[in-house]
Order: sequence, then structure tokens, then C-alpha cells
Amino acid sequence: MEAFGLLLHGFAVLMTWKILALMMVGLVLGIFVGVLPGLGGPNGVAILLPLTFTMDPTSAIVMLSSIYWGALFGGAITSILFNIPGEAWSVATTFDGYPMAQQGRAAEALTAAFTSSFIGSLVAVLLITFLAPLISSFALKFGPPEFFAVYLLTFCSFVGLGRESKHKTVISMSLGLLLAGVGMDTVSGQLRMTFGSSDLLRGINFLVAVIGLFGISEILLTMEERLALRGHTAKISLRVVLNVWKDLPKYWVTLLRSSFIGCWLGITPGGAIAASFMGYNLAKRFSRDPESFGKGRIEGVFAPETAAHASGTAALLPMLALGIPGSGTAAILLGGLMVWGLNPGPLLFVEHKDFVWGLIASMYLGNVVGLVLVLTTVPVFASILRVPFAAVAPMIVVSCAIGAYAIQNAMFDIWLMLGFGVVGYVFKKIGIPLAPFTLALVLGSRAEDAFRLSMIGSGGDMKVFWSNGLVGSITTLAIVLLFWPMIERASAGLGRLWRPTKTAG
Amino acid sequence: MSNSEIEIVVDDPTAPEANSPAVTNTRVAEAVVCVLLIGFALLLGYDNWRTGIGWDSTGPQAGYFPFYLSVILGGASLYGLVTVLLTRRQDAETFVTRAQLRRVMAVFVPTLLFCLATQFLGMYVASFLLIAGFMRLVGKIAWWKSLLTAFVFTALMFVTFDIAFDVIMPKGPLEAAFGY
Repeated sequence: MEAFGLLLHGFAVLMTWKILALMMVGLVLGIFVGVLPGLGGPNGVAILLPLTFTMDPTSAIVMLSSIYWGALFGGAITSILFNIPGEAWSVATTFDGYPMAQQGRAAEALTAAFTSSFIGSLVAVLLITFLAPLISSFALKFGPPEFFAVYLLTFCSFVGLGRESKHKTVISMSLGLLLAGVGMDTVSGQLRMTFGSSDLLRGINFLVAVIGLFGISEILLTMEERLALRGHTAKISLRVVLNVWKDLPKYWVTLLRSSFIGCWLGITPGGAIAASFMGYNLAKRFSRDPESFGKGRIEGVFAPETAAHASGTAALLPMLALGIPGSGTAAILLGGLMVWGLNPGPLLFVEHKDFVWGLIASMYLGNVVGLVLVLTTVPVFASILRVPFAAVAPMIVVSCAIGAYAIQNAMFDIWLMLGFGVVGYVFKKIGIPLAPFTLALVLGSRAEDAFRLSMIGSGGDMKVFWSNGLVGSITTLAIVLLFWPMIERASAGLGRLWRPTKTAG
Repeated sequence: MSNSEIEIVVDDPTAPEANSPAVTNTRVAEAVVCVLLIGFALLLGYDNWRTGIGWDSTGPQAGYFPFYLSVILGGASLYGLVTVLLTRRQDAETFVTRAQLRRVMAVFVPTLLFCLATQFLGMYVASFLLIAGFMRLVGKIAWWKSLLTAFVFTALMFVTFDIAFDVIMPKGPLEAAFGY
């Protein structure tokens, strides 16, 4: 019950007018960002990050995580009312959400979406509250080889479990790791890959890359599409909300199943997108009436939203406990931690108790406040889409540039951002995933340090990664995951050899 | 709320036509990207090799880790190039159509000009010009609306960043004239 006491302490840290006000501001900005086309969770957090540079870390993380919750809530609004998923993980929400809006049940669908987001996040936050301190106290015993093995596990599982072509994931990841190494080498102080440029001396800032890759490239991609839209408006009355809530217990199996899927996929780098589809498909498969899905069934909204939000929240668990982000947005929050001078990883729980428990408490509070806020302000936010994109696009470009410049006060970063914008646009169009790149860029230098420290410790002997049971099993698991598709195919082939009669099915 | 009531309608008069001819397909684009990445990997690999990829008394030299990463990057890109060259031409999807490219350029070129302007005129003047110009010329929105939006947004940014949060943006001659 130690966690409970610390959590209460966290709430005490939050209960100041300043922090509550920042939370509201963050949520409103987040919903705004989630509703606007061409912006989403990671972009919003990256662009708004400079606002927090002068704040103390606790206020800053509360505001940023509120932006994140807001963006998650906002994505559901456009999915249901306009059939436009604001984020890839809201695609599954449109399957039943939009038909409900067409039938005039938009208010019901929105309430269902917001409530299930809330439930999903809550389950994941509970998990974080009790699991994160345990994992981090375990990880305190880690030395450099263990840390390198964990980084390796993260990278390998991206390659082995990702749905994109393997070589594209490898390209994206190695490029990210390489760019992370540009500039001054932290161990020897030597310069590398700078080609005599004084601007490259600082290295390539992770946040500048993210703003370009997600913000600028997203604008370019959005412009390619036809931007006309037709949608429904909705006013949510208290009666509708209470009716939906009254029916909630009927769907407890769906909610629980989706929360579980979400938490699992959030911690492993499966991500919210996979979680939302899996939640939807499983709800459909286990339903007594699978035909009614896709025609406006409320369970079809509950299932993907719960899973997506559980996963989005659970992605923060490995970030807090081990310093390894489980999603793109978590990676940006991690970048923020470093800007504020905090060293992400297990020591965070020991050295910065106020900060960690303040953040965890703000997850509870932010979700409650967010739920109330979206339920009351949906019509306002839905009408934001009336603003023509020709007005929104240049404002986003300006915000991106301000964000990129503010990080290091360097004009060079604005050009870098533009370059990454083009790279992101081309990569997205030919199917090179950006998430491994982001992860590699933020973890790159720490992975390299861990590797070199282990090498120095062992005198250059690779066997150090199998020197004890713990590090050995992590490294082996990493290698198994890297070759997972081949192992799967081989075992399926073997299975077929043994049971030749079953091959027809 | 009735059944088919649609209350928010936004039109897009300059939308790209669906039947516009393709400029290039993803196959060509992938091949070009792979070639560029191979070149990049060679360049970085060479630079790291020069830095030192061996071992000295303190452990691996500075170029060791990035050198092997460039090898991995080069290898994966080469693999990508070979698979692209081996796939059949008919299977390739459109990378971008002419109409789409025109629209993308309509954002990209102003953004490029905006970055240039920021360097010489400062962030705020550049952002005013970008927003007003983009709304008027690309979005065909009335002059007064464009100018007003641009002014309000720029002023808001100035107050938020430079004054309230102390995040200082690049300034140009106009700000200098006002004493900032």
C-alpha cells in the first residue's frame, strides 16, 4: 500500500490553482489539436512543448500529458461526427460510430466513446500505479549490459513484430540511431559526422526532427486529399449521458477485454492502432450477433476506444519505469523530460518522487476533468472544422517553426525541420514507418553509451550480454523476437509436416 | 435530431481531380530513396571509418557504433533496392498525381519562402506574410479576413511566447524599429 500513500502525496502536489489551470489549458489545446486535420497527439505535444520550457518539470509534464489526453478525446469527435478518423487508432471507432451519428444517435456514440476512453485509461493508470514502482525498483539493479539488452529488445521487437516490411523498419531504425550519433561523442569528446559544420556540432535535436516528421509532413499529406467534409453536429444532454452510463454494466466483458488488450499492446510496442482493431474484432467475434456490427452498435464504439486509450496510457509505463517509450507520443514526453534536466529511467522514482507521482496523479485527474470537459463542449469543438484549411495550414506551419526554433534558439533547426518534413512525407508515402525512427533517435545515444560501457567493462567480450541469467534471457528474447516471423513460419511448416491432413483448412 | 440531418458542410473547391495523371509511381520513388540512403550510408560510413572504428585502451573508438549502423543502413537499403527492381512494373501504385503535386507544392513553396523570410525579417513578420498570403492566394479568402487573421494570430504568438513565456524568437528590422 506504499503506492497508495505516494499517490495521495501526488494528488497533494497537484492541488494548486496554477496546476489545475494548466491542466484545463492543456486539455483544451489537446482537444483542439485532436480535432484539427493534419495535427494529432504526437504533433500537438511536440509543437506545444516549447511553451513548457520555462515551467518547473511538474507543471510542464501535467500540461503536456493533458494535451495528450485532450488529443485522444478529440480524435473521437471527428471519427463519429464526420467519419474522419483524426488518428489511425480512431479508424475502428468510425465503423460503428459514424452509422450511429447517421441514425441521429451521435450524442450516444460520443458519450460511449468518451466514457470508454476514460475507462480504458483508468485501467492502464491503475496498472501503472502498482506495476511501475515494482519494475523500476527491479531495474535499479540493472547495469549497462542489462540496459543495452533492454534497448536491444525494444528495437528487435519493432522489427520482428511490426506489420511493415522488415527492411523498411530496419532502414528507419538505423537511420534514427545514426542521426542520434551526430555531433560530439559523449564518451571520447570526439566530433563525428559533422563534416566541419558548426551547426551539426550540437547534434540533431530529437524534437526538431519530430516536429518536421509529423507536423510539416502531415500538412503536405493532408493537402493531397480532398478536404471537403460533411458531418453531423451533436449536443449532449445529461439525460443521454445517464442513459449510456446506466447500460454500461451490460458491456463489462467488452470493456474489460479491450482494457486488457490495450494494456498489453501498449507496454509491448504493438501500439494503440493494433489495440483498437483487435479490441473491435474480438468484440465482434464474441458477440451473439456479429452481423449488427458496422451498422451502429454501441459496443462497436466501446471496444476500440477502450483498447486504444488503455494502450496509449500503458505506453507510459515502460517510459516511467525503464526510460523506454512505448509509443511515439511517449517518446516525445521522454524528450521533454531530458529538456527539463530529468534523466528518464528507474532512478526517476527514487530521485524525483514528487514529479513521478504528480504525473501519475495527473493521469487520474486529467482523465476525469477531460471527460467532463469534452462532454460539455462537443458542439464548440465540432464547429472548429468549419474553419477553412487554408487558414489552419499556415498557422500550423508557423507553430511548428516556433516550436523548432525555441528548443535551441537556432535558425538552423528551422531548416532542419523543413528537411525532415520532406523526408517524413516521402517515407510515409513509400511505407517506411516513422515510429522506429523516433524511438531510435531518442534512445540512440543512451543505447550507445550502454553498449560502450558494457564493452569497456568486459574488455570487448560480447559474452557479457549472456553473463548472467537476467541479461542472457533478455538478449536471447531480443534475438528470438528479431527473427520471430521466420520462427513462426518454420514452426507452422513443421506443424504441417506432422499433421498433413489439416493443411486443407 | 432527424435521421439524415447534416449540419456542418465544408467544401473544397480546389480539390485535386481524381483522374489527374500520375507524375511517378511508388516503385520509382522507392528506388530513388534507396539509392539516396545507400549514398548516405556510404558517406557516414566513410566519415566514421576516418574517426576510428577500432578499439583502443578505453574501449570502442567513437566511430565504432555508428560505423556498423551505416553498414546495417546500407545493407537494408540495398535489399530494398533489389526487391524494388525485382517486382513487376504493373504492380506499382501511383506515388503522386500531377494535381496532388500541385497542391503539395502550394504548401511547400510558401513554407520554404517563410523559412527564408524568417532568417531575414524575423519570425513574426514572416508568419504574418505567410498566413495572410496563403489565405488570400491559395485559399481565395477575402483580403480583410486574411489580413485580420494573420495579424491576430501573429500578435497572439508574440504575446504568448516573447512576453508571457519568455521564449525569444528571431527578430528582424521591424521589431528593431519598435525597440525589441
